[in-house]
Amino acid sequence: MEMAEENLNKKRHTKYRYYGSFLILALLLVILFLWNINSGSISISVPEIFRIIFQQKGEETAMNIIWQIRLPRILSAILLGGALSVSGFLLQTFFHNPIAGPFVLGISSGAKLVVALVMIFLLGRGWTVSSWALILAAFLGSMVSMGFVLLVSKKVHQMSMLVISGVMIGYICSAITDFVVTFADDSNIVNLHNWSLGSFSGMTWENVEVMAMIVLAGVIAAFFLSKPMGAFQLGEAYAQNMGVNVALFRVMLILLSSILSACVTAFAGPISFVGIAVPHLVKSILKTAKPLLVIPACFLGGAVFCLFCDMIARTVFAPSELSISSVTAVFGAPVVIFIMIKRQKLN
Amino acid sequence: MKNKCYFYTDKMTVGYDGKPLIKEIKIELLRGQILTLIGPNGAGKSTILKSITKQLKILGGCVYLDQKQMKELSGKETARKMAVVLTDRMKPELMTCEDVVAAGRYPYTGSLGILNEEDRAKTREALELVQALELADRDFSAISDGQKQRILLARAICQEPEMIVLDEPTSFLDIRHKLEFLSILKKLVRERQVAVVMSLHELDLAQKISDLIICIKGEYVDKSGTPEEIFTDDYISSLYEIKKGSYHSNFGCVELPAPSGKPEVFVIAGGGSGISCYRRLQREGIPFITGVLHENDIDYEAARTLACEVIAESAFEPVSEAHYIAALEKMKQCREVKCCLDHFGTGNAANQRLLAEAEKQGKLI
Repeated sequence: MEMAEENLNKKRHTKYRYYGSFLILALLLVILFLWNINSGSISISVPEIFRIIFQQKGEETAMNIIWQIRLPRILSAILLGGALSVSGFLLQTFFHNPIAGPFVLGISSGAKLVVALVMIFLLGRGWTVSSWALILAAFLGSMVSMGFVLLVSKKVHQMSMLVISGVMIGYICSAITDFVVTFADDSNIVNLHNWSLGSFSGMTWENVEVMAMIVLAGVIAAFFLSKPMGAFQLGEAYAQNMGVNVALFRVMLILLSSILSACVTAFAGPISFVGIAVPHLVKSILKTAKPLLVIPACFLGGAVFCLFCDMIARTVFAPSELSISSVTAVFGAPVVIFIMIKRQKLN
Repeated sequence: MKNKCYFYTDKMTVGYDGKPLIKEIKIELLRGQILTLIGPNGAGKSTILKSITKQLKILGGCVYLDQKQMKELSGKETARKMAVVLTDRMKPELMTCEDVVAAGRYPYTGSLGILNEEDRAKTREALELVQALELADRDFSAISDGQKQRILLARAICQEPEMIVLDEPTSFLDIRHKLEFLSILKKLVRERQVAVVMSLHELDLAQKISDLIICIKGEYVDKSGTPEEIFTDDYISSLYEIKKGSYHSNFGCVELPAPSGKPEVFVIAGGGSGISCYRRLQREGIPFITGVLHENDIDYEAARTLACEVIAESAFEPVSEAHYIAALEKMKQCREVKCCLDHFGTGNAANQRLLAEAEKQGKLI
């Protein structure tokens, strides 16, 4: 009797933990949204911001700043941050390792390289580059890097070796990207340099629409893979025995994580460590790794993390901007080190 | 016969990468029966288990589960009939034991895998069956190997299978946990009429728990049958190619080889009193002779493989004068005499005389 009651209490306790975590993440998102929209080189009062957003009335410069600059930027930080951390979680599930992520495995850099090549090629001919073309290029690059990572993972079974080879691919791709960006001296390519370091700036509503479609579709698809993912966490053999089509499931994981991280790279360039740090933090808050909870929480957490980092990137040394990757690295890299130390202890 | 079997294979050939390892395997198993695969390391026990659980493609022949060809069953159908306990060391992140067990509900839950009341009840039932209810909220990666195996068995039970396949489930466990695990398994088989196929390294346990044994060695199944048919001294010694030491079917245990050389000690024993002395002499590498033992004495079983020579009397007969004299002769050749007996009866009165003689010769230690 006593045990049953204690059990019930524990159940209630974990439930509160889940509700609480989502509530905190949602609250943080709202606060950061407001903070972000309210900060910048030109100060606009809060009532005015509300008027501009909800009634679309206000002074023209302020209207433009809010609608054309700050809102698209904030929305892309939310969408892409969410996409990046969900992508990281999918890769961690795939490799059964918490330090897998699109950046450390070189997938982001592969995408970056192909996007840069495509942009330079198209812009050099005076053509415009649509969001879809960017995403396609990034996806192509992601898949090439991913293919390479998968090949290596068949040969080496140590995760650390895999990460090292991922980091090496990343360096090679970045070096080539830098090379082509430096020598492509076209006025249109000025932005390319900022982009290749990672930035949420210069987003248009067209960009936001396209990324919203892809990211939301990708995250929802990932959410509906929660069940086989949970089985897969026990190991492939167990998943297979419980009726998971393991081969198909693995392909789905790879495709979804590549699409999500490709979308991020296409618009914001490579962003480091979000894909590892956020899933880890989210799991520590929830105290569970159940995909059904972790995937939505990762999306929220990634959005919060990127909004926070983007705010720092654009305000700390205003008017000059930091690249988003340098900020995410400052907050994300320690988390990665922490995970590795913890794993060492466990083994 | 075949139609009654819950699980059977017909000329199944298994192997890796299209290369056959073991050919034409025939398994026939009813519900409520335990079938154990034994055989030397690397013989292919795991390959067979992986093949019947669909982790490896079968290279030839057919496998039938509940009257249907296994390759025609969907993943979900198979999952509801067959569960596994594997050797892979699972390291799930942030999962309680209850989570691990509840994962077994996979084939029964909806598209998001959310557990309902029934699933929770089944989970607790499975935990209870393996006597691990108190582990429910513990982190799976923080419990002992013995506990882990029980939780993994509970996970398999939670899947409500009609057949469970276990790959060396007791390998990492200490003796207490081995016994606990197998008695839970036996109880499960009896209560739920589950068919079990497993591989075991421990021959003594395999002999006791199994209804059927299949011996794997070489390209074909070496032999299959009931434990009584399989566990004979000669067969097991040849299956494992035991050259040093020997296997005792009656004890279900192995003995190390007897020390070689000229016998140095004569041991007077009987009724089980001598076994520990024989083993000590074996450890110390001292060759010995023992007697006079009856052939139905358990000392006789051990002495047969450990002593240079055993002076034995037919079962249920008093020790004859001839055997007494033979023993006395041997005793004279030895440097020391050891007596493990503290009382004598009419059957072995001769041993008492041997003891007195030894004392007279001043060889008794």
